[in-house]
Amino acid sequence: MKKLTLPLTKDAVKELRAGESVSITGVVLTARDCAHKRLISLLNEKKPLPFEIKDAVIYYAGPCPAKPDKVSGSCGPTTSARMEGFAPTLLDLGLGAIIGKGEMNVETREALKRNTAVYFAAIGGAGALYGLSIKSSKCVAFDDLMSEAVYRLEVEDFPAIVAYDCYGGSIY
Amino acid sequence: MRKINTSVIEETVYNMALHAGVSITPACLDAMNFACEVEGSDAARFALETLIDNAHVASTENLPVCQDTGLAVVILEIGQEVFLEGKALKDAVNNGVRRAYADGYFRKSVCDPITRKNTGDNTPAVIHTEVVEGDKVSITYLPKGFGSENMSRLYMLKPAQGVEGIIDAIVETVKLAGSRPCPPVFVGVGIGGSFDTCAFLAKKALTREVGTYNPREDIAEIEREALRKINALNIGCQGFHGDTTALGVACEWAHTHIAGLPVAVNIQCHCVRLEKEVL
Repeated sequence: MKKLTLPLTKDAVKELRAGESVSITGVVLTARDCAHKRLISLLNEKKPLPFEIKDAVIYYAGPCPAKPDKVSGSCGPTTSARMEGFAPTLLDLGLGAIIGKGEMNVETREALKRNTAVYFAAIGGAGALYGLSIKSSKCVAFDDLMSEAVYRLEVEDFPAIVAYDCYGGSIY
Repeated sequence: MRKINTSVIEETVYNMALHAGVSITPACLDAMNFACEVEGSDAARFALETLIDNAHVASTENLPVCQDTGLAVVILEIGQEVFLEGKALKDAVNNGVRRAYADGYFRKSVCDPITRKNTGDNTPAVIHTEVVEGDKVSITYLPKGFGSENMSRLYMLKPAQGVEGIIDAIVETVKLAGSRPCPPVFVGVGIGGSFDTCAFLAKKALTREVGTYNPREDIAEIEREALRKINALNIGCQGFHGDTTALGVACEWAHTHIAGLPVAVNIQCHCVRLEKEVL
């Protein structure tokens, strides 16, 4: 399994091929349906995003609350297809990688290609394992959205598969 | 007339919800283990191994198996000789769910459909009640994740489409869902009834144990044939291609109108969480 450290350089992205299994360490930002809607609204209103999008990695996830003795609750990926209407815009602004689960549309795959970005599929349903791979968690935007807020997560040895590479290759 | 205080129902629902959130059913885990043993694709086997590992970690660490701890679906079969005393049944069930989601540190995933505002406590639950013979109360608790729920479909087939049409509808639903609902899936199918009861039958089919067949042989044959065709789709675990796309197909049926053949297909992900209790 290839070990990857975030943020990924474009050269590192170019090394990845669909189907390859990887283990990811570094910072990711969670965002799902409601957070994406707000991010796009901010962009439409020409307002700044609440985090640096360039080279960021967005993880389509909404964690369970953390137990008192844990850093995070269970936190596996959610279905990426629901975010495919937003993904190309964010990729064109410099988003470096996406982590989610399941197929995404052709517009997203094209945006990954033109921006030399990558889409990783995490294993949907492995929420407990992913929760334990989180070493720190901090809400950075939209805290009123509860589990749908944007959390900055430091992950360590987070298992995933390269689902779409930057050459248009696909595991699906 | 047997008296049951609804506070007993609240406690029972509370315990069922707490346990369900951290455990997939033994039958589902058996089916996953078998799928993993026979899987020919490396990527699908990697995913299956990860999921089996996850199920063990969740139960030993008492953590939610999946972060989508679901919309709580509660099916109550109430014996007609039972007198329910105490607070309203609906409030008792919702209290049990509310307390379990707080104490279990489960995700609160219930919101207003228009404003999308989260209710904050995972209530209201979806509560189905049926009055049956006897003096018992049977409770079935199914926390339903929505990655899979979103991929469900309802067909109003023509009667002439028959068994072939039913099987095609089941297979088409799984094919269109592809990698999105966290395959391998468990497929609940309602056949017959009306628009509404058909969808409920599909949900009820998901409360059957994975790997069981309908006692009616012609219905069991539909289950077997649909499962065979689904697994020939080569979607595989997580859509990574592979031998197991579904762990099982369960069909429930009801009489219908001479003009119709409703078929509802309710998709459940591989994370089957289900509890049953009889009071």
